[in-house]
Amino acid sequence: MRDFSYLRASSVDAARQASALPGAMLLAGGTTLIDLAKCGVAEPDTLVDITHLKGLDAITVDDRGATIGALAKMSGIADHADIKSRYPAVSEALWQAASAQIRNMATIGGNLMQRTRCPYFRDGENFPACNKRRPGSGCSAIGGVTRGHAVLGTSEACIATYPGDLAVALVAFDAMVHLGDRQVAVDDFFLLPGAAPEREHAIQPGEVITAISIPGSTAARRSTYLKVRDRQSYEFAAASAAVGIEFEADGRTIRDLRVALGGVATKPWRARGVEAALKGKVLDADAVKRASLLAVEGAVDHGANHYKIELAPRVVARAILKLGETA
Amino acid sequence: MTVHMKRHGDASDGTEAVGGRLSRVDGPAKITGAAKYAVEQRLDGLAYAVLVESTIAAGKVRSIDTDAAQAAPGVLKVLTRDNIPPLKTASDWLGTPPPDAPYCPLAHDITFSGQHVAAVVAETFEQAVAAAALVKVSYDETPAIVDLSDAKAGDGIPIDAMTKEWGDAATAFAAAPVRICAAYNTPREYQAPMEPHGLIARWEGDQLTVWEPSQWLDGMARTYAEWFGVPFENVRLVSPYIGGGFGSKALALGHGAVAAIAARMLERPVRLVMTRPQTFTGYGGRAATRQTVTIGADADGIIQSIVHRGVNETSIDGMWVEPLGSTTSIMYQTPNFSSRQNVVRVNSVVPGAMRAPGENPSAFGIESAIDELAYEVGIDPLEIRLRNYAEQDPHAKKAWSTRQLREAYAAGAERFGWSKRSPEPRSMRDGNQLIGWGVAAGTYPVRRAYGEAMVRILADGSVEVESSSIDMGQGTYTILAQTAAETLGVPADNVVVKLGDSRFARAGVTGGSRLAGVMTGAVHKAASAALDELVGLAISDQRSPFHALQANTLVVANGRITSPRGEGPEVSIAELLASVGRDRIEAKGDTMPANSTAEERYKNYTTIAMALPHTEGDYSRYSWCAHFIEVRVDEDFGTVRVSRVVSALDSGRLYNPKLAESQWKGGIIMGIGQALLEEGIVDRRHGRIVNNNLADYLVPTNADIPDIEVISVGIPDPHSSALGGKGVGELAIVGVAPAIANAVFHATGKRIRDLPITLEKLI
Ligand SMILES: Cc1cc2nc3c(=O)[nH]c(=O)nc-3n(C[C@H](O)[C@H](O)[C@H](O)COP(=O)(O)OP(=O)(O)OC[C@H]3O[C@@H](n4cnc5c(N)ncnc54)[C@H](O)[C@@H]3O)c2cc1C
Ligand code: SF4
Repeated sequence: MRDFSYLRASSVDAARQASALPGAMLLAGGTTLIDLAKCGVAEPDTLVDITHLKGLDAITVDDRGATIGALAKMSGIADHADIKSRYPAVSEALWQAASAQIRNMATIGGNLMQRTRCPYFRDGENFPACNKRRPGSGCSAIGGVTRGHAVLGTSEACIATYPGDLAVALVAFDAMVHLGDRQVAVDDFFLLPGAAPEREHAIQPGEVITAISIPGSTAARRSTYLKVRDRQSYEFAAASAAVGIEFEADGRTIRDLRVALGGVATKPWRARGVEAALKGKVLDADAVKRASLLAVEGAVDHGANHYKIELAPRVVARAILKLGETA
Repeated sequence: MTVHMKRHGDASDGTEAVGGRLSRVDGPAKITGAAKYAVEQRLDGLAYAVLVESTIAAGKVRSIDTDAAQAAPGVLKVLTRDNIPPLKTASDWLGTPPPDAPYCPLAHDITFSGQHVAAVVAETFEQAVAAAALVKVSYDETPAIVDLSDAKAGDGIPIDAMTKEWGDAATAFAAAPVRICAAYNTPREYQAPMEPHGLIARWEGDQLTVWEPSQWLDGMARTYAEWFGVPFENVRLVSPYIGGGFGSKALALGHGAVAAIAARMLERPVRLVMTRPQTFTGYGGRAATRQTVTIGADADGIIQSIVHRGVNETSIDGMWVEPLGSTTSIMYQTPNFSSRQNVVRVNSVVPGAMRAPGENPSAFGIESAIDELAYEVGIDPLEIRLRNYAEQDPHAKKAWSTRQLREAYAAGAERFGWSKRSPEPRSMRDGNQLIGWGVAAGTYPVRRAYGEAMVRILADGSVEVESSSIDMGQGTYTILAQTAAETLGVPADNVVVKLGDSRFARAGVTGGSRLAGVMTGAVHKAASAALDELVGLAISDQRSPFHALQANTLVVANGRITSPRGEGPEVSIAELLASVGRDRIEAKGDTMPANSTAEERYKNYTTIAMALPHTEGDYSRYSWCAHFIEVRVDEDFGTVRVSRVVSALDSGRLYNPKLAESQWKGGIIMGIGQALLEEGIVDRRHGRIVNNNLADYLVPTNADIPDIEVISVGIPDPHSSALGGKGVGELAIVGVAPAIANAVFHATGKRIRDLPITLEKLI
């Protein structure tokens, strides 16, 4: 039997120290970690439980921004009145993620850190080759079943999709990940696979996510998260878009636009090309549709996931136009 | 196993009688967690087995290195083909005598990925899991035939028994002014029951007890007995509750043999439960199918000819035939017909029964094709079905026992508002949502068999019913209580139904929607015999308070005995039994022909060979249904959501409408999954299903299911069962997928002939 030790961290510092040891992993809600341990992907020697640490689940919101403690639960954030009014895209992304049971267990820190759903990543017994799981072993997905795989940000080493929803909304609104003293922009926190897909985050051993902060903005206030998926609930995105918009005083000219994509890229994908093409323009359906095509600039498919290249711009366009309608 | 009933009404409101809407009597036990499922038994000395499965789809095991596993903590034994005693091959479910060859549930010759090659038994489950990961199997791999589309698959084996032909279909098709021809495909689908397959096996000398979820205790006990060469009576199967089977829990399977072998070798009870991924390869789901349907019709849409060709996959060394011409050959009147079927061997586990095997994929073909014909000739899809309505069974050439399909069309269309449908595709929308309305019919044969039951009237006036049949959620506990209560004249509250133990009165398979008809008949018969004895005692026993009355009959109602005209005493059943000095009345009843031999009785309960053909005698017996479905398709995203379902169904008389409606709705929900979500996706390089878990093999969630309205249009069918019911459980899934595909065509103008209808097929 694979024994491991379980340690209840007494403070954030203790958690940092304990998690710096080789084979140690932080345990939050456990909805990703225990699942991966069961399929033999995560093999912790020590689980450092942080769920009971005080003060890490606070949610504070004011005009400057929102700060959300790493242990805040997905359901709690989704339902928070100020998050709903000032960051609707964040609340909507969380509501549409996973299931009610998981949302009640899972923390925002663990949520950012969730791993890909690539089936080859999760089945080492039948598919030994996976660069993310075993660096240098190859990629079983390329040439295999790729319907859910990424079309953006891929490399020859890995084409796995980042599955989460929340981080898509966060990257759209320039959120920061707090690692104790250090802060990293969400966009930089997630790494492209490149030649080293096993490295997914700009976090070092011994670092703990303590909070997420999201600057306040008019675009965040008028924002939405649109998720398209095979099943109506409890299913990852086939393609999704977090969009926020701010109009000039005329109510039609776009002053600020934020667009990020989920379900189609190896990391939460900020679509700056779409933003640039529409900023300063009058909102118009045709222009939006044309500009939305820029969301998948440089996309590469692997056969069965080709539809994502068609789908993603349509999701972006719909989300932008939906926000425009509420003007 | 005992279920204590909760009162849901008294006899006066009619809920307890047969036909009443009594709630499931096993509901409270399940909701509160009191219901103990088969593998939840706590036994002293229980050991845990975990399977090791092949990671290649074709080839041979070269060697298995078990050293590390054997040395791992807690490990009791590592089983491989080389160190387990061979079993005998068992007969199949028809009772066909088996070849005199050994059977080994652990393979050397690999014919599919996920085949059992070894098993580890340890003191704890966790130790067994860890040690199983240490078993190193090396293989000589050979190329696999991945699926039906594999170039190596070929045309397969013609199954002559599936050929159905009359008239001259080819000539009539060639001469028909309107012709349609299309190919329809369904993928591998999985039963995905909530409760995974598993068992606890325990030997005491030559006596084997197996706690295992089972749709057929007596059939599985027979297989275990034959495998181990012990008498049938030595095997006891216990299966009090079943967490879903959908056809997959009717047969003893390889993993069961492994657990029983381990238990025998270790002389300890052994528990083996499949992991969720193993449930995708440890036994078969619905076979992938291909069909071509050609219909020749005249300009009014009257069918002149149907030519149908079907193919289903089977395994390399097993045979599964999914009868693809079953719905095709009976749904519509046609003077010329030809249906043939081949079976193609691929490197997969042998497919198995899954809700309405045969009729379900068959209906996807013919019910899509008739819709295509309707558009081709420009008439309403409902109207074309009525124009070609089969007034008798076109294949058997016999009268229907009952066929309320016309009534189903009428009732469903009325509730759905079908007459308001705008005929053109893409003509109904709501913003970005294209709206489509589709209709399709479904059917399932009435499978009949003989049954047996034990009914006891106990000293306190309560009643006990015993049967080795099972309740997997369809309501056996409830309807048998209702049947006994009504027959005996006692409140259903006073009836305890005991099921799921092969020591009880024997029962055949719970499959093909036959159990309710079989068992209500058997309980009715046994309870009638018990009642006769009770009344006989009351009239003739000198100690009875009724003795002086010299009545020739008495009335039993609400547990009390009176004379027909009310003179004389009124006593409870308990009082009567006390007065005549009896502590019980016991009657075993069966519906077998009176002169049946012991061998015939054994065969009746342990094989399906004695099942009565649904076209026996003068009648052809089927259940029928019509589904009216609305879909909303996002025109940009291609996502399909079902927004309205109205189904009208003819299952004959309903023993309990509340339970029948639930089963129908369950079938419709499963049909929505089949239409839109479910597909086993194969990695073509490895011949392996990659979405072998419930996060990736999608079944519908509540959010995918709209309000479903079901309407019963059945009438009692005396030719189908003793109490007039026809089949319920399998029926409702049949026709749902084509109704959805037809609705999607109406919404979008795109005809999707490959299930499931996922978004990339529509954008
Ligand atoms: C079936 C299923 C469906 C799902 N569907 C969706 C979906 O549709 N959309 C979606 O967005 N998500 C989905 N999820 C993922 C779900 O949101 C994550 O599992 C959850 O958010 C993880 O949070 P947790 O607290 O349980 O993390 P854990 O499982 O406890 O931890 C996950 C990882 O994060 C690390 N970690 C945890 N906390 C910290 C911290 N403070 N600092 C540093 N590292 C930390 C852990 O060490 C671990 O590696 C789904 C999950 C499942 C199982
Ligand atoms: S796509 Fe990435 S995660 Fe999936 S098999 Fe390839 S390397 Fe592994």
